[in-house]
Amino acid sequence: MNKVMQFLSQIAREEAESTGLAPAQLWTLPSERWADSAALLAARRWRFSAIWAEQVASSFLINALYEQQGQYVLLRCQLSGSLPSLPSITPYYPSANRLERHIHDLYGILFSGHPDPRPWIRHCAWQVADHPLLKEFPVAGQVIHSPTLPDLHYPFLSATGESVYEIPVGPIHAGIIEPGHFRFQAVGETVLNLEAHLGYVHRGVEKIAEGRDATGLARLAGRVAGDSTVAHTWAACRAMEQAAQLEIPPRAAWLRAIMAERERVANHLGDVGAICNDVAFSFINAQFSRLREDWQRVNAECFGHRMMMDKIIPAGVAADLNLEHIGLQQKQCRVMLAEVEELAEILDRHTGVEDRLATTGILSPELAQKLGCLGYVGRASGQEFDVRKHAAYFPYDKLNFEVSVLQTGDVKSRLLIRLEEIKSSLNLLLACLTQLPKGALSAPWQTPTQGAEGLGIIEGWRGEIVSFVRFGASGLISRYYPRDPSCMNWTALELMIRNNIVPDFPVCNKSVNAAYSGHDL
Amino acid sequence: MELSLFANWFLAGLQTLLLIALAPLLLGWIRACKAMLHNHSPASLWQPYRDLRKFFRKEVVVADGASWLFRATPYIVLGTMILSAGVVPLVATDLPTAAIADVIVLTSFFALARFFSALAAMDTGTAFGGMGASREMMLSALAEPAMLMAVFTLSMTANTTNLSSTIEYLLQHGLVLRPSFIFAALGLMMVAIAETGRIPIDNPSTHLELTMVHEAMILEYSGRHLGLIEWAHQIKLMVYGVLIANLFIPWGIATTLTPEALGIGVLAIIGKLMILGVVLAIYETTLAKLRLFRAPDYLSFAFLLSLLGMLSHVILEVG
Repeated sequence: MNKVMQFLSQIAREEAESTGLAPAQLWTLPSERWADSAALLAARRWRFSAIWAEQVASSFLINALYEQQGQYVLLRCQLSGSLPSLPSITPYYPSANRLERHIHDLYGILFSGHPDPRPWIRHCAWQVADHPLLKEFPVAGQVIHSPTLPDLHYPFLSATGESVYEIPVGPIHAGIIEPGHFRFQAVGETVLNLEAHLGYVHRGVEKIAEGRDATGLARLAGRVAGDSTVAHTWAACRAMEQAAQLEIPPRAAWLRAIMAERERVANHLGDVGAICNDVAFSFINAQFSRLREDWQRVNAECFGHRMMMDKIIPAGVAADLNLEHIGLQQKQCRVMLAEVEELAEILDRHTGVEDRLATTGILSPELAQKLGCLGYVGRASGQEFDVRKHAAYFPYDKLNFEVSVLQTGDVKSRLLIRLEEIKSSLNLLLACLTQLPKGALSAPWQTPTQGAEGLGIIEGWRGEIVSFVRFGASGLISRYYPRDPSCMNWTALELMIRNNIVPDFPVCNKSVNAAYSGHDL
Repeated sequence: MELSLFANWFLAGLQTLLLIALAPLLLGWIRACKAMLHNHSPASLWQPYRDLRKFFRKEVVVADGASWLFRATPYIVLGTMILSAGVVPLVATDLPTAAIADVIVLTSFFALARFFSALAAMDTGTAFGGMGASREMMLSALAEPAMLMAVFTLSMTANTTNLSSTIEYLLQHGLVLRPSFIFAALGLMMVAIAETGRIPIDNPSTHLELTMVHEAMILEYSGRHLGLIEWAHQIKLMVYGVLIANLFIPWGIATTLTPEALGIGVLAIIGKLMILGVVLAIYETTLAKLRLFRAPDYLSFAFLLSLLGMLSHVILEVG
């Protein structure tokens, strides 16, 4: 770590006034050292976390966030000129591949040395020459009086040879899930390669964030990915609060943690059932669906919304718990602990399920490290990182909990990690509910100065969520970028399915459960 | 005599109609049992009929490149299943159709339907159709010998491959514990589960295209065509149920054509199918689907059981 800091201090300038970007340390470096820095960080096994661009007047800022052992560095590079270009970091960090293509499609910034020249998020919704995130592009978009053309000519990686065939799946799927296209190259039933083509739910979140006020942005963040509404809103609010240098009341922070843990439990309950349903063991699905339903009904009763959407607001929260609610939740947590324990034992003893899940879709710890896999996907493959533990934010720094890690990296371990996280979150909830301090629910919002920037890093149920916010004039948003953990985990899915059989893909996919909307923005 | 022959054919027709009319009800019953085992409140027993009515009312959408084969297949499949339904003794054995109630005929009907389903699946040229057809063929190549072997075990005891004669032979000899029958019954049940696309070989209620076997073959069908295929599939399930029920527990089936005997026959088969439905629902609830390449192991085991049945017949029961 010292070596990295030493290197950075030689090539870059450390910015002192970066309080809004805590816990990250901001370094500004010249574009010719951009690739060197990535090479060194990759060699030192730093994790690549996010890359995003921003237009400031006529120049661009490129930001890359890296992390190791809970320490974050944010490298920044300023580009100007009519044809902005920067060396790609994809050769060192494969997860940056699509994020850089995302930037290219939306800003027109060229990443030299990028191995993949195909567009990523653009499809055919706007012209090649248009770059919607440029300030001159209208927020309302361009009115096109014809339906958007299908993206028929995306050149997928193809395979040739005797008995090699291609299976196109999606973007419309048979179940009620989000749209995404998967292209399999297979021999018999064995998958040679899988390539995902995403972007079908691109709603222009980054563009429509521009010009919103803080409350409006919080509402938008709650819609980046519906199942992570609490975590994304928290991350966006934390970024805005850091930009405004605002402390939220302790009770609000504790309530946020309660909501975040309840969201984590709800999603894990749903996933455990869904994974078992994919191997046709629907008994477990029926049971976990029941538990999830009970859980969400209590959400509705205590917070007024089944998913707790819009209950986190800038500088506080919009829902409170009375003693009755606390009692109800405590009782439910204890019942849930016992029920999950009982069902986990049934699952553990079921050899048929074990046979389907063990050794299926293995993601090796080496690959997970290389891709920077997050959340349960990373933790099932030896990547321990959890923001709550390793870069703890209030109130998690006051709480004691264990983060489970497994090394096997198959579907079974991703299921087991979820079960462990359910138990750990239930215990965390019990601790939060007893320690919940009294006090105000929110602080008065203070308009941040023009140009103030903030970073919010929150452990969502899928893993680390990074939110970047910059304010423009009169407290309106000039840039919002949320990086959902799905961006890293999608790539992992494509690689883990190789050499598995085609009918095992759905269960692998469910075990990763990356978000389409969180990725597409 | 003329009248009696006519009446007998009428009864045979009535029996076939009864089988194809009750087939959706059996599926409704199995689904209801499964739902109750999952702590769900079950859908109505008549739901499969409602689904069929819905399919028959809907518009048929046919892929652009589809040939006559694609359109003809639903009728061929349903036709062969109705013929199979005519072959299996449901309520009575002493009917004119008994002459063709042969197990080899039955297997051939199933093979014919499968042949056309697989061709139609590949006809539209989608990846899923071809995938489903190839999986179905792999499974059926293993299932058919196991099925024949199981039924031949019974045939060796009764000295005939005719189903009605086998049943009558078994009824005449009363309740005799034959080890060969236990093996054959288990073997045939495993084959029936694989052949009708149930868990652990296939999941009839999945929406995951990539995991499907039977459903992948019929993904391109819609409206009336889909209704015909679904109904045919329900008849197939019923035929297997009746086969197992009447071959291994033949008591109750009418051997004479008196109204009382026929009444008992109807009640007996309903009772037997209800019990089989419960057994299947419990079996499906407690199992997860097998990995595709474990399915051959499962079917080899079914074959092995059938073979053991035949061996134990030769060793223990002959002479």
